Formats: sequence, structure tokens, C-alpha cells
Amino acid sequence: MHNKSVAELSRELESGKVSSVELAQQFLDRIKQQDGQFNSFISVTEDQALTDAKAADEQRAAGNATPWTGIPFAHKDIFCTSGVRTTCGSRMLENFVPPYNATVTENFRKAGAVCLGKTNMDEFAMGSSNESSHFGPVTNPWGLSKGEKRVPGGSSGGSAAAVAARLVPAATATDTGGSIRQPAALCGVTGLKPTYGRVSRYGMIAFASSLDQGGAMARTAEDNALMLNVMAGFDPKDSTSVDRAVPDYTATLNEPLKGLRIGLPKEYFSDQLSPAMEEQVRSAVKEYEKLGATVQEVSLPNAKLAIAAYYVIAPAEASANLSRFDGVRYGYRCEDPKDLMDLYTRTRAEGFGTEVKRRILVGTYALSAGYFDAYYLKAQKVRRLIQQDFINAFKEVDVLMSPTTPSPAFAQGEKTSDPVTMYLEDIFTIAVNLAGVPAMSVPAGFVDGLPVGLQIIGNYFDEARLLNAAHQFQQVTDWHQREPQ
Amino acid sequence: MQWDIVIGLEIHVQLATQTKIFSGSSTAYGAEPNTQANAVDLAMPGTLPVPNEQAFRYAVMFGLAVNAEIERRSVFERKNYFYPDLPKGYQTTQLERPIVGPGHVDIDLANGETKRVRIHHAHLEEDAGKSLHEDFHGMTGVDLNRAGTPLVEVVTEPDMNNAEEAVAFAKKLHSLVTSLGICDGDMSQGSMRFDVNISLKPKGSDTLGTRTETKNLNSFRFMEQAIAHEVERQMDILEDGGVIVQETRLYNGDRDESRSMRSKEEANDYRYFPCPDLLPVEIDDAFIEQARSRLPELPDARKARFKEQYGLNDYDAGLLSGDAKLSAFFEEAVSHGKDAKLTANWIQGEFSARLNAEEKTVTESPITGAQLGDLIVRIADNTVSSSGAKKVFESLWSGESDNVDAIIDAQGLKQVSDTGELEKMVDEVLAGMPDQVAQYQNEDDPKKRKKMLGGFMGPLMKASKGQGNPKLFNEILVKKLGG
Repeated sequence: MHNKSVAELSRELESGKVSSVELAQQFLDRIKQQDGQFNSFISVTEDQALTDAKAADEQRAAGNATPWTGIPFAHKDIFCTSGVRTTCGSRMLENFVPPYNATVTENFRKAGAVCLGKTNMDEFAMGSSNESSHFGPVTNPWGLSKGEKRVPGGSSGGSAAAVAARLVPAATATDTGGSIRQPAALCGVTGLKPTYGRVSRYGMIAFASSLDQGGAMARTAEDNALMLNVMAGFDPKDSTSVDRAVPDYTATLNEPLKGLRIGLPKEYFSDQLSPAMEEQVRSAVKEYEKLGATVQEVSLPNAKLAIAAYYVIAPAEASANLSRFDGVRYGYRCEDPKDLMDLYTRTRAEGFGTEVKRRILVGTYALSAGYFDAYYLKAQKVRRLIQQDFINAFKEVDVLMSPTTPSPAFAQGEKTSDPVTMYLEDIFTIAVNLAGVPAMSVPAGFVDGLPVGLQIIGNYFDEARLLNAAHQFQQVTDWHQREPQ
Repeated sequence: MQWDIVIGLEIHVQLATQTKIFSGSSTAYGAEPNTQANAVDLAMPGTLPVPNEQAFRYAVMFGLAVNAEIERRSVFERKNYFYPDLPKGYQTTQLERPIVGPGHVDIDLANGETKRVRIHHAHLEEDAGKSLHEDFHGMTGVDLNRAGTPLVEVVTEPDMNNAEEAVAFAKKLHSLVTSLGICDGDMSQGSMRFDVNISLKPKGSDTLGTRTETKNLNSFRFMEQAIAHEVERQMDILEDGGVIVQETRLYNGDRDESRSMRSKEEANDYRYFPCPDLLPVEIDDAFIEQARSRLPELPDARKARFKEQYGLNDYDAGLLSGDAKLSAFFEEAVSHGKDAKLTANWIQGEFSARLNAEEKTVTESPITGAQLGDLIVRIADNTVSSSGAKKVFESLWSGESDNVDAIIDAQGLKQVSDTGELEKMVDEVLAGMPDQVAQYQNEDDPKKRKKMLGGFMGPLMKASKGQGNPKLFNEILVKKLGG
């Protein structure tokens, strides 16, 4: 069962070959037996899961099943789950139990899905290796058989590792600068970051509000479509969510790709990319040509500025978003504060980890009097140029393709001492967030036995086309079916 | 040395919306602490602001009422600072792109002149919660009921030159927002709070002096006192050759003293930037026209109408038109009482005195405009004397009865105005006071004679058991005594 996709499990449940309770138990057992080596979960909610599974079975018996009824899955621990601890990977929220559900959480609950637990992540989604989590690093299932401890990517490293290791068939994730696509690529799974505003951010703990977007992680594009069907839509609780009809994303998966215009941004096939990686990506593009697509080179002239702009805007927003963690109302509070200033400074010094503090400091600096124009305003101008690059590119082509990451999964500890090297992990993914367009990462081969991701970028609200392109690729390749040993 | 005083005001106006500016919590005043604060108000992780359209409508109505441009695209920003009653660690406010642009308000001065005070802009923002320093044994309690209450902050140009003008402006603004119905105007509950920027410059100089800001004045009286206090403080410093430090000061009205809260150097760097959780606010013509259609009669128009419709003089019309609730009370009373001048006198006299004495607002008055009007009718038609009317007023106020005529009957306050009956009483009284009559008739000085008339009134009122119409008694007396 554990190798089956959401779509397949849904059919098994529908046919009565297995019950939701049995399915939940099987996956819970796998988590119990195996997650010790990955550390992909922060919390496993066995009792709640079995209760929900029982309810799902009853729902199905009553004839009210949706495609998600009784499907086990996991939430990234950034989505608030009512009554269930939600940590955001931080000591600050180690014991925080929200009294409300995120809209994404609520949507899966209404669809009847069975959440098995909360997955590990970089603290407050700040990281590209899942090494900044207060709950310890996550280990990539790939490479473990050779005794290598590699990172799963981040910040949604727990979700990616759990899906890759078949601990759950699907997991939610979030992407601010690549946090879905990069771990999906490094763990050999399929991930989707929707258009900014497509999925409600309500109850999704904010890192950088203008960039954060919830999305999907599963092994297949079809499962990503099923997830987006549940997640997408306008939410009156999030005024940045977009009031626009949600199509059935599974309906167009089988459209032929003949005539699909693919653009390869020349800036993303540069020196930073190893020849082995480039070879994998180019052979994936060849598959698309075989499916009838046309390929041309395009340019995103300002893409090279994306990392610099991002590391002003994201920390600036984060510095304000994280001010609420002050020890006053909830979350971590230092012992015996002497006075108010002591309460603030020690609570935040002790409650936040190094990377979070670094970004708060960077963001605070960028917004400070005398620096605001040179950093924040300049970065916003760059952001508009980057948006325009994408708008221009999509006048010529339907999708853009590139490697998701410059290299496959690296070893734990390899980049922790140099934040800038770590930030360059997201060199191909970050511009997408600045523009707000949707993008996927699809398994597209291996280098040195480690998965390689193909990034497919679409125009605003063109998720259906991305999923269609990814699904068709997965009909003629089996990279996404490879299982780590 | 002679000094010019330069005053600018910043006024926080709490909007009378049912719910908060970014959440669905109630804004009602006086609830148990933290019972009107939901997850958004508490800034729980992952929660997001959702703008309240009513707050925008009220802001636009305000803008129209002060003759201001309404900005078609305004932007919320985050003002960052840490304080326990500021749950998010930033206040959501407007800075670069406020919703209301430049406008103006005209104020009437005591010398009869009208002065124009320019509005620099007005912006929307959320209120903070309250820190409670009492009752917690050295600790501070936090009440977030007020957190997220919508405010319009009005910023004037430094167009006022003394306390009188500043207070006149403050009162005018109070009258405007209460007339608009966008603020309940209850200053004791913090519904309007004033910050006063004051600087002094040598008389006639073009260069503004260094200013101080005195914060959070919540009554007109404190405002007047605080201005006087600060002007004197600055004058003392300047005349001693000192320099004014740009700073924020707190004024203690009970002690008439002020202290520095923070200097410019200690001021926070608020690190404003556009709030990424909120889209820019787009206001279109239809929204503005809809708001315009909801504008009620404003004080200036009402004053003109009171003069025209009721024949009130400028002073009475000004006093009665300022407060929307008082205006409504007056109009209800006059619709029953007919005599507008008499009604105006009673409202400004007895009625206002009682409200002030008991610290009540017009809406808390135990008597209605209609009841006062009924009483005015009985005064005008001589049914009751003015002293009798005061007794009726008392009975209405204390709730003894709600019917004017019933009170007059029950307390026997009806005046005797039957001249035949009164003449009989005069004859009897004069017959019993021959010496005084003779004395009166021998007196040539009309002033003294007038005074001596009073000597007969006491016995006459006694004879009539207080019910004789004093005006008629007087007329009859003069006639009987031969002028």
C-alpha cells in the first residue's frame, strides 16, 4: 500500500479493499518503524488520526466520500491545527497549541483526509537544508543506504523526506523562495508552488507575507492536482487570496502536449550548473520534444538580481512578522524576567535560533531610517523588473523549464557555516516567488544516485497547464516512481 | 519679549463601527478585559487582517465633511515597536498614502471672526490595547478589548495661535464627527484624544521654533490648561536664554504639571513599510458618492438653519447646533414648545446646568425634549411661573412623573391669572398696609417706587398661596397705587 499514490489509494478505499483505519494504521506503523532515521515528523498524532480515519470510514459508508476521504497525509508544521501543537520548527512555539485551524487544514479536514502528524521544517521556514529546525535536522532518504547523511532541502524538508520515504503519500508544504521545489527536487518527489494568492495563507505561520504560498508535495503530478483541488480558492480571511474560479485540476491532466511552447531561460543554464545536472535537465526537455513540445531559449535578464532582492524583502517582512513572538501572550517565555526589556530580549534570544535571528537583524537593518530607500525600496524596484521579465517571457512561451537546484542533495553540515552559500541553493527558484507565478519541481533523473528536479514555471494561475505538463512527463518516465533504498 | 504661539493638533477619533478595523470582534466599550479580542486581535500565529469596509466609509465621510480630497488609492503600513498592548509588535496605520488628503475646517472665534484651520491629512489606523498598571501588585495587566478599534487620526497644519483657537477647533471637530455619526464623541472613554504640538517664535518672525508634543489630552479643559502650561514653560525657558528640546510630553491635568516622555533622540525608529498582508485600498467614485449621500446635516449648515427657521441669534444657534444630540433635543423640544428663544434659554440654563452637575450627556438626560417642550408651552401661556416651572422641571428630572400638566395639578403650581380674583387680593392686601401705601404714593423717585413695589409682592404671593401670576399682580398694583 505504501507505494501507492493518493489517486490509487482513493480507488482502493472506494473499492473497499482497505479501510481508512487500516490505511492510517499501516502508515502510522511505517512512521513509527522508520522515521527514527529521517526525523521527518515533529509530531505524530496517532489517536487523532485513528479517530478521523474511523469517521472517514463512516462518511464513506454513508455515501459521502470525496477523493480525499480516508486518505492519510501530513501537514507541514507551519499550518495551524486546532488542538494540535504547531511549532513552526521553533523553540518559540515548542508548546503552542492553536485554538483554530488554518484554512488549508480546514479544507483537508472537510474533504475527509486523515492527518497523521506534523512534518519537520526549517525554523519559521527559514532555510534550505532543514538544519535550522529546533527539532533537529531531517535526513534525506536518498544516500542513506550508502551511509551518507544528506539534507532533504528546506524549508519543507520534513514533508519531502516523508513523501520520498513513503511514510505518507502526500504532505502540505510552503514555498517562500523555493521551500517546496528545492526539497522536492532533492528528495525526488513532485512539488507545486501555486500562484501567490491561489491558496489561503490564513493560519499558515508567516515568514514573508508577500512571498509565502502554501502548496503540494506528493510523488505524482496527479496527486499534486488532487491536493490543489482541495487547497485552492478565495478565503475571506485572507485579503491577499484571489477571488477566482478554481478549475478541477485533474480534468486537464491528459491533454496532449503537442504545440506546448517551452522556454529555457538562458540565465538558468549558467556556470553555476554542473554539467551532469544540465545533462539530466536537457534530456528531460528532449522528452517533452518527443511529446510534441517546441523549445526555445528565452531570457530573464533581471533573474541574477533575484537573490539580492529576496534577501532584503523577505527578511524585512519577517522582521515585522516575527515581532509578535514576544513572550507576552503565548509561546516561549524566558524564566523570571526582571523587567519588560529583559522579557523581550531573553525570550527572543532564547526562543529563536541563529538563522531566524540573522534574518530579523538583516530585515530590521534594511528597514531602518537612512537605509530604507537603498535597500527596501530598491529591492521592490528590482522585484517589479523581475515580474516584468516573466510577463515578457510568457508572451513567447507557455512554460519555462530549468533545473530546480544547481546541484543534488548535499551533506548535512556542508553549508551551515556559510549562509550565503546556503542562500545560493535557491538561485533558480527565488525569482518565481518575487514574480508570484506558479512553479513545480518534477523528478527528472539522477546524478551520483541522487535525484534531480526539473523546474516548470507557468504564467499566473496557469497551474492546470503545469500539472498537465508534469503528468504527461510522468506517463513516459519513471523517475518519480524510484524509491530510496 | 513678545512671542507668537504656534499650535498644531493631532486628533485620534475612534470610529463607531460595530466591529474592529481588521477583525470581527466587537468594539463596545466597558466589557470585561480581553472578552472582545479574538485570535486576530491577539496576533496569534498565522492570523491575518481583513479590512472593515465601514471604517473606510466613515473615513471618507469625514474627508468629505472637512472639504478634503479622498485618495483613490491608500496604503496601510506597519509601524514597528514593541509594547505589551501592541500584540503584533507593529501598528497597522497609514503614512505615505493616507485615505484623506488636505482639507480645512472653519472655526468661530469669540470676537465674531471666522478662522480657517487647514487639515494636513487624516489616515486610518488601528488602536492599541490598554496596559493596566493598577491592581496587579507591581505587574502590568494587558487588556486587548480596544486593540484593533478603528481610528481616524486627523493632523492639522500649525494654524492655531492660542488655546482659544485650539479648543474651538477641537470642539468643532468633536461636533463634526458626532454629527456625522462616525464617533460617539465620548471623551471620558477615550473616543477622542488630542495631541498638541506647540512652539513659540519671536513675534512676527517667519521661522518656526522648536516644538514639543503634549500627548493624550482627553478633555477640552485639560487641553486648554495644557496649552497654557506648555506656553508658559517654553516662554520661561526662552526668556532665560534656554533652548526648547524637541520632545514628547505628558500633561497631568489634576496637578497642572507636565513631564518629558521621550526626546527626539530617544524616539523609536518605527521602520514603516507597506503591510504585505493588506492590498492597497482602492476607493472609487461610486463609493465616494454613496458616502456623500449618507452625510447628515453638518453643524455649519445646521447653525444657519437654526437662525433662519427658529429666528435664533448667532450665539444661541451656534451653541445649539454644535452637538448633534443636543441639536436633536432642541428640535424635539421646540416642536412641542413652539417658543424657540425660551426653549433655547431653558436648554442652555437649567437643562445644561443639571447635565453638568450630574456629569451626564444629553442622551443620558432623564427628561425628553418633548417633556421640556410641554413645560415651555405652560411657561409661555402663563400657566406656571418661572419658579413653578423649576419645580416642574425637578419633578420631571427625578422621574416623579412624566407629564407636565399632571405635575402642575398635583403640586398646585397653576398660576392664578384671573384678573378679577387678583384685583380682589390686591385690594385686601393694600387695605392692610396703609402706611406703606402712603409712603409709596409720597415717593417721587421712580426707582425707589419700583423698589417699594416689591414690598407688596411678598404678602400678595402669600395671599395667593404662591399661585398668583406675579406679572399681573405687578400690573394691578401699579394701576391701584396710581402709577
